[in-house]
Amino acid sequence: MTERALKNTWVEIGGVVLQKDQRAPNLPDDTKQVALEMRVKGFLVHDAEKGGEADIITLSGRTVRGTLTEINPAYTHMFGRPIPELSPIAGEIRAILRERRNAS
Amino acid sequence: MSKDSYKAIMDQKADIMRSSVGIDYEKYTTGPLSFDYEAMLNDTGYDLDTIRDIQGRTAVGDTPLVELRNLTELVRAVSEPGKGARLLVKDEAANPSGSFKDRRASLSAFEAKKNGYAGIAAATSGNYGAAVASQAAKAGLGCIIVQEAFDSKGIAQPEIAEKTRACEAYGAEVVRLSVGPELFYYFLIVLKETGYFNASLYTPYSILGIETLGYELAVQVKAREGRFPDVVVATHAGGGNVTGTARGLIKAGATDTLMVAASVDLSGLHMASDRDFNRKSFTTGHTGFSVPFSTWPDRADVPRNAARSLRYMDRFVTVTQGEVFYMTEALAAIEGMERGPAGNTSLAAAFAIAREMDREHIIVVQETEYTGAGKHPLGQLNLAKQMGIDVRRGDPRENQPGKAIVIPEHPSQIKPVEMDLDRIRRSYLRNALNSLAEGEKITETDMAYLVAETKSDETYVREAIESHERKKR
Repeated sequence: MTERALKNTWVEIGGVVLQKDQRAPNLPDDTKQVALEMRVKGFLVHDAEKGGEADIITLSGRTVRGTLTEINPAYTHMFGRPIPELSPIAGEIRAILRERRNAS
Repeated sequence: MSKDSYKAIMDQKADIMRSSVGIDYEKYTTGPLSFDYEAMLNDTGYDLDTIRDIQGRTAVGDTPLVELRNLTELVRAVSEPGKGARLLVKDEAANPSGSFKDRRASLSAFEAKKNGYAGIAAATSGNYGAAVASQAAKAGLGCIIVQEAFDSKGIAQPEIAEKTRACEAYGAEVVRLSVGPELFYYFLIVLKETGYFNASLYTPYSILGIETLGYELAVQVKAREGRFPDVVVATHAGGGNVTGTARGLIKAGATDTLMVAASVDLSGLHMASDRDFNRKSFTTGHTGFSVPFSTWPDRADVPRNAARSLRYMDRFVTVTQGEVFYMTEALAAIEGMERGPAGNTSLAAAFAIAREMDREHIIVVQETEYTGAGKHPLGQLNLAKQMGIDVRRGDPRENQPGKAIVIPEHPSQIKPVEMDLDRIRRSYLRNALNSLAEGEKITETDMAYLVAETKSDETYVREAIESHERKKR
């Protein structure tokens, strides 16, 4: 079932800014193979469906049209698991200082 | 979305830039190569006291200078007897948006407001975006930040994802783009459509805003120790940090203080590569910016870059990603200061440089930055592992950008690599000569300019030019 969002919902839209063949000259080979894409968030001007065309008003007040990619998009960046290669460092450094202080 | 072709928009670059920055760069031209750098800065009308006043109104600057006593002791634990300088850090994370970039953004916002612009925009994926957004919020200006944020698989760089969130928290519109230099094309479309002020990182406003950092630092050390610092280390990317800080030191009278530029070594990774994008664990302060911008500052988005680092640096070193992550852990573990890794680039370099210096000498790391989800060794190293990068303990010399991140096993392994300033200067001079039009000759004014640009002397510049001409023939 398609997800539908009501007018004034906070969403993200996206689209292609430059197709592969419209891109700047002198790009590395891997970048040349893909389009330049854009994502921007704002409030829906009209009800819209995910994957369909949508107009939004951005936080600066611009009206931008694109494909509705996310409804109330999440911030997904995080810390994640502790890194085993970093975890012992604090203890190691404190031990160096302890030894030095004990020696003096 | 605009249907303007890439070329059509790029052809309007000069006009869009002129109306969005409000500076007539042409009038500073003094020769085929040279321009009047000081006049360009002076004509803004902002002197140091005025800038300090403007920044003070939004709580920018006057950050604490913190003596890192435990880290200094760690330096001495791995130094020869009598060696191990005192390490101090300017805690720039105390600025409103969490980094020294507030200093850069403050004058642009002030200038935009003064001249009746409806908003300010910047093309940046880093702390500068949050700084511009924060300043815009304070000034009641609209704000648009254009970021290079994700690769073609839709994977976002964690540090940039955090910047997206921060900018949106300050009420800015964030346009996120996939990898490529055409970010600048989209930025021009935004400027043209909105008529916003271009808060470029490379205008005089941006550089003058950093002078207060070098000035404060010199005054703070002098007040506490009765003398200026021996060495100041600045993380080096586009050149603004080194340029502004060094100029501020000079304005405070600290003319004998050595200015060291430090970058994370990302050699071998292409800055415009979709594949390499998420194989970098640092998004700024790295050689992908610092080398090209040192050797040719005028590759910037404005015709004359106000960040001209080669004029000011006495030494240029690189450190590895693993060394910076190690120092980030150390700063938290023994100084109780959890700060972002990018800002700790200069700390990693300073730690090693302090080992070469006498005990009574003072070395100052001129910035820290805030930390948080994404902008953190954990977020970066979890992504690095996901991208197949080998993360391991060992000798940092085995570090390979994009392939292996080697976390030191002992603080004595932290050793910056010297960048050959002679090579950088020659590379700059080559780029300058190559920018001359066919048949154009350099003048006496150009010669004086090139000497200043390379912090060298006339004999050096003449010899380098002759050697370049010989090779061409």
